[in-house]
Amino acid sequence: MILVYAESIDGNFKKSTFEAVSFAAGIAQTNGVHCVAVSIGHVEDAKLAELANYGADKVVAVNSSKLAAFNAEAYAKAFANVAAAEGATIVVVSNTYSGKAVAGRVAAKLKAGIASGVISIPNTSNGFVVRKTVFSGKAFADVNLTTAIKVLAITPNTFDTHTFGKTANLTTADGGLSDADFISNSVEISRVTGKIPLTEAELVVSAGRGMKGPEHWGIIEELAQVLGAATACSKPVSDMHWRPHSEHVGQTGITIKPNLYIAIGISGAIQHLAGVSSSKVIVAINKDPEAPFFKAADYGIVADAFDVLPKILEAAKKLKAAN
Amino acid sequence: MKILVCISNVPDTTTKVTFTDNNTKFNTAGVQFIINPYDELALTRALEITEKQGGTVTAINVGLADAEPSIRKTLAIGANDAVRINAEPQDAYFVAEQIAAYAKSEQFDLILTGRESIDYNGGLVGGLLAEMLGIPSVNVITSIEIENGVATMERDIDGGKEKVSCKLPLVASAQKELTEPRIPNMRGIMAARTKPLKVVEVTGDLKTSATVGFELPAAKGGVKLIPADQAELLIDLLHNEAKVI
Ligand SMILES: Cc1cc2nc3c(=O)[nH]c(=O)nc-3n(C[C@H](O)[C@H](O)[C@H](O)COP(=O)(O)OP(=O)(O)OC[C@H]3O[C@@H](n4cnc5c(N)ncnc54)[C@H](O)[C@@H]3O)c2cc1C
Ligand SMILES: Cc1cc2nc3c(=O)[nH]c(=O)nc-3n(C[C@H](O)[C@H](O)[C@H](O)COP(=O)(O)OP(=O)(O)OC[C@H]3O[C@@H](n4cnc5c(N)ncnc54)[C@H](O)[C@@H]3O)c2cc1C
Repeated sequence: MILVYAESIDGNFKKSTFEAVSFAAGIAQTNGVHCVAVSIGHVEDAKLAELANYGADKVVAVNSSKLAAFNAEAYAKAFANVAAAEGATIVVVSNTYSGKAVAGRVAAKLKAGIASGVISIPNTSNGFVVRKTVFSGKAFADVNLTTAIKVLAITPNTFDTHTFGKTANLTTADGGLSDADFISNSVEISRVTGKIPLTEAELVVSAGRGMKGPEHWGIIEELAQVLGAATACSKPVSDMHWRPHSEHVGQTGITIKPNLYIAIGISGAIQHLAGVSSSKVIVAINKDPEAPFFKAADYGIVADAFDVLPKILEAAKKLKAAN
Repeated sequence: MKILVCISNVPDTTTKVTFTDNNTKFNTAGVQFIINPYDELALTRALEITEKQGGTVTAINVGLADAEPSIRKTLAIGANDAVRINAEPQDAYFVAEQIAAYAKSEQFDLILTGRESIDYNGGLVGGLLAEMLGIPSVNVITSIEIENGVATMERDIDGGKEKVSCKLPLVASAQKELTEPRIPNMRGIMAARTKPLKVVEVTGDLKTSATVGFELPAAKGGVKLIPADQAELLIDLLHNEAKVI
């Protein structure tokens, strides 16, 4: 039986959750076993039922007022208890901050081998081998998990969602929790509203020191907004506080894997490329034809960003207006 | 306050990654190893806390003798003592188990790790370790303050921040922003020579995974250049050719 963690935020599932469910359901189908999704915290039944559409044969909802906010110890315990009750042999989570927080604890509870940042389905022709990114995307490693139970944290925006059109079998479980399981407390949550979080973005517009100063980010934000993209930046840009730290991508920032990454006025240092080179399509805009980013890009424009950005923005607006 | 900081010894960020032995081993030839950048932040924050309210900071690494320059550096930066568990760090599970075995005998108030190691990018040791010790864990923290045995932290969540409070002991994992790394000074480097670095042998040997091979990403097919005076074509190409917008 394959168990998948259906991570929710404020009662809603994200696309990465549906990707994880479809991934788990695909493996379950290949092995002729069931796929069970576990939701923790409050989620309405109609939303839980959507998990069946993405491949869950059964949905187990664990909910109580104490589970309203994320808590790694309690969530992991509830999840591991369901895993044991259902007899899970493979456990799937999405490789998000909270997904990973739960995954490590679950692996320790189940004495299960674990791989995070997984980008392939398991190859079982010789063991149980999954591919993961290492060195922040500079390379891949094939890891053989040798324990009876395996935990996989899969990279968002890597696997497609599939509609299986199954009918929902909704059940609940109490998770076996007591007050002693809630030691850490979530005091307050603040989310940036009206902006697409970088970690979930399919399109990213990113800029570097070539933009000269924070006062020139207006056009970057506007282009991102028109395209429905998130904004990102290079390390020096966040170090100088031109942009928030949460936008810093690269080996010491966030590793992202969007469908489109547009790099404007970024040289393409090895540490920067490490975090973005798995993007499906890369565009580099740089006035220096020798900038290393052009070697990693699919499309390039050798130009002063201040000259070409207005034209690109206009064209993007036209495209969006026409579609 | 007794703080344990977990230190991973990783290739410098400028490393051009290559492999040997038929792509089964990371090629360390000519590679400079450093303290994992997030662990450096964890260490500095631990020192800031103990300087303010008293206590000791112990650095721990699971690694072979070749990790000692990085361990010595933690002492030069200011750790009081260091421990090296003498084993090749096979994977996150193994590393966590070794650190848990040591931590159980020492009763630390706070254990800090980095958000992830920049080589294997697991992001897992903190959670595994906390579970093995039966204590809470809070990952990707960007701030931590300790008062009356309670830690107040901010952590990154997808698309925002969360403020979390938690009674000690706990394991917390450092994210960028936690503090600025400290550079060791001459006095620190001299003092490090006489600070204790204890070598401990491995306990248990549960194998949960094995890396069977590596691969480098396929090279890009080459860049398609768009003339600067027709920059607007980019949008057309992204829409009709690449089909990403
Ligand atoms: C330990 C370590 C970790 C690091 N981690 C990261 C990381 O995670 N992420 C990261 O980004 N960096 C990281 N770096 C820094 C990295 O080495 C580079 O210094 C950094 O990425 C450079 O940022 P940049 O490209 O914005 O700036 P620059 O290197 O200054 O490049 C600016 C670019 O803009 C171009 N330009 C200038 N004006 C214009 C214009 N008008 N129009 C168009 N183009 C223009 C220039 O030709 C140049 O290519 C790290 C470094 C170290 C040592
Ligand atoms: C030559 C060599 C070969 C290696 N081969 C492999 C391999 O094949 N597969 C593999 O998974 N790993 C390998 N490692 C080990 C790797 O460097 C990591 O230490 C370990 O695997 C944990 O990686 P992670 O990315 O899962 O850790 P993460 O969970 O990302 O680490 C998070 C935090 O845990 C702490 N931590 C991590 N590792 C250690 C450590 N060793 N000692 C103390 N604290 C630590 C740090 O605070 C770190 O910031 C190798 C190391 C060397 C030197």
